[in-house]
Amino acid sequence: MAAPVSLQVEFGGGAEFLFDGVKKHQVTLPCQPEPWDIRNLLQWIKQNLLKERPELFMQGESVRPGILVLINEADWELMGELDYKLQDQDTVLFISTLHGG
Amino acid sequence: MKCRKGSAVLIIRVGDPFCRNCFREYFMHKFRAMLGKNRIIFPGEKVLLAVSGGPASSAMLRQVQEGLSRETAKKLRFIPSVIYVDEGAVRGQSPAQREQSLACMETLLQATGFPYYLVHLEQALELPASILRPGPATPSEPGVSYKEAVEGFIQQQRQKGYGDKDSGTSLPGAGSGESPEGAPAAPRLPAAALTQELLKLFEAVQTMTAKEELLQMLRTHLILQTARTKGYTKVMTGETCTRVAIKLLTNLALGRGAFLAVDTGFKDNRHGDVMVVRPLREYMAKEIAFYNHFFDVPTVIAPPLPTKRRDKPSFRHVVESFLLGLQKDFPSTISTVYRTGEKLSADRAKPSCEAERCLLCLCALDLDGEEELALEPTLIIDEPELERNGCCQDPLAAWAERKSAYIPLLCYGCRLTFKELVRLLVWSGVFSLGTGVPIPTALLLQGPVTTLPPYVRAEAQRRIHR
Ligand SMILES: [Zn+2]
Ligand SMILES: [Zn+2]
Repeated sequence: MAAPVSLQVEFGGGAEFLFDGVKKHQVTLPCQPEPWDIRNLLQWIKQNLLKERPELFMQGESVRPGILVLINEADWELMGELDYKLQDQDTVLFISTLHGG
Repeated sequence: MKCRKGSAVLIIRVGDPFCRNCFREYFMHKFRAMLGKNRIIFPGEKVLLAVSGGPASSAMLRQVQEGLSRETAKKLRFIPSVIYVDEGAVRGQSPAQREQSLACMETLLQATGFPYYLVHLEQALELPASILRPGPATPSEPGVSYKEAVEGFIQQQRQKGYGDKDSGTSLPGAGSGESPEGAPAAPRLPAAALTQELLKLFEAVQTMTAKEELLQMLRTHLILQTARTKGYTKVMTGETCTRVAIKLLTNLALGRGAFLAVDTGFKDNRHGDVMVVRPLREYMAKEIAFYNHFFDVPTVIAPPLPTKRRDKPSFRHVVESFLLGLQKDFPSTISTVYRTGEKLSADRAKPSCEAERCLLCLCALDLDGEEELALEPTLIIDEPELERNGCCQDPLAAWAERKSAYIPLLCYGCRLTFKELVRLLVWSGVFSLGTGVPIPTALLLQGPVTTLPPYVRAEAQRRIHR
């Protein structure tokens, strides 16, 4: 059983408009049998933070193309993308490069 | 990784990650190289930076700041000012939200130390008809080579007796005119009646595609007007490679294939006296986003154009999703589309005479008889109705204000947009036929074109009566 994980989840570049305009969210993920990875985190965001129109943020199990992900200030493409295992106190930032909603 | 020192934070090309420092060098070098390679911005030239508060134009603003503060050899030598167009009215912002965005923007601009202009989209309603005519080409350019100009400029600087170090920041004309430097009063919004008039224009437009085209047109003309009246010969805009690739495919779909080079190229010379340049067109949106994040470039993101549930997304939106989706699986998609654009020539867009210039986009009229026939039925379907009711008006005036009189003034792509811009009254006309409710004659006669901005109507009148 993995312990709860505390994260800073941030949105920028207009992605915050999908989350009531709030850029920074302090998040605590509950205990679950598997360790938390970005794939699980996205599902959790979809169920807990995303207010409407999930298709503007997600596509399949990943983010919509055009939304960038940074894990602790680095490109998630260098960190294993969806498979990155989240650590306590990580910061995950989503930046939209899409024009408008 | 190149330096073998810093830790990798970003990947742009497969197998070639950057550390922060190397990325910053690469990013800044690219900007200088783009301007150096094209050699069209002259030393001492007044350049207007079109800044929207969005990521790309904000990064552009930062590059100009960095470029001006660099050591002599690598220094940019033009004289920048900034223009910001407040589009809050059509982006669904309340007056309070608009005031707030404007205040944020103003703080951001003041921090650059550059002179700046804050313009409201409403002011497009007061543009002169001449904005749709090209100005005379700037006299200084032909004959003088770029090299001569640079040498002349450096000599001039020496004679004036100030060193290179501070010349870039001592900006002549700063704070003059309506540039509100030194008067940091709260930015005032336009009169509510003007905002209503602008909103009416946009509400009449039926598709998101045409709405975006209308916004783009008004914005471009406002920036051009400021450049002309304040003596700027270049305007810099912040289109990225990603944006250029999207625009290329969108414009193809909009019937603007002949003008792709002017609409998306490094330089756009259609206005004659003011050249639009796009120095960011080799940056991917990802590079911009990372640069802004790593180096704390402030942005003020405007909300999107409001959509109703039944609205279809715009072409641009569909193309954006399509291209970015492809890019995910085939990482060279966007640069391939971008490079295709590089091979296009701007010649097809150049009109041979004034009469062959499109009223709205100023490109050459690109139609021969065949295409015209194919388009005509959809455009003039309601015309007989107008004719029957038009007897009590001055016949010439009525004719000139009618939609069909506009058609010969427009290129193929703009005809398609125009059709959307003036559609509203066609629909209500059909409605009245069904229900038998009469529509006042005057409304039918003037209706379609009153949904066009006044300066467009004025210039059309001038052309029709010529
Ligand atoms: Zn490095
Ligand atoms: Zn046109």
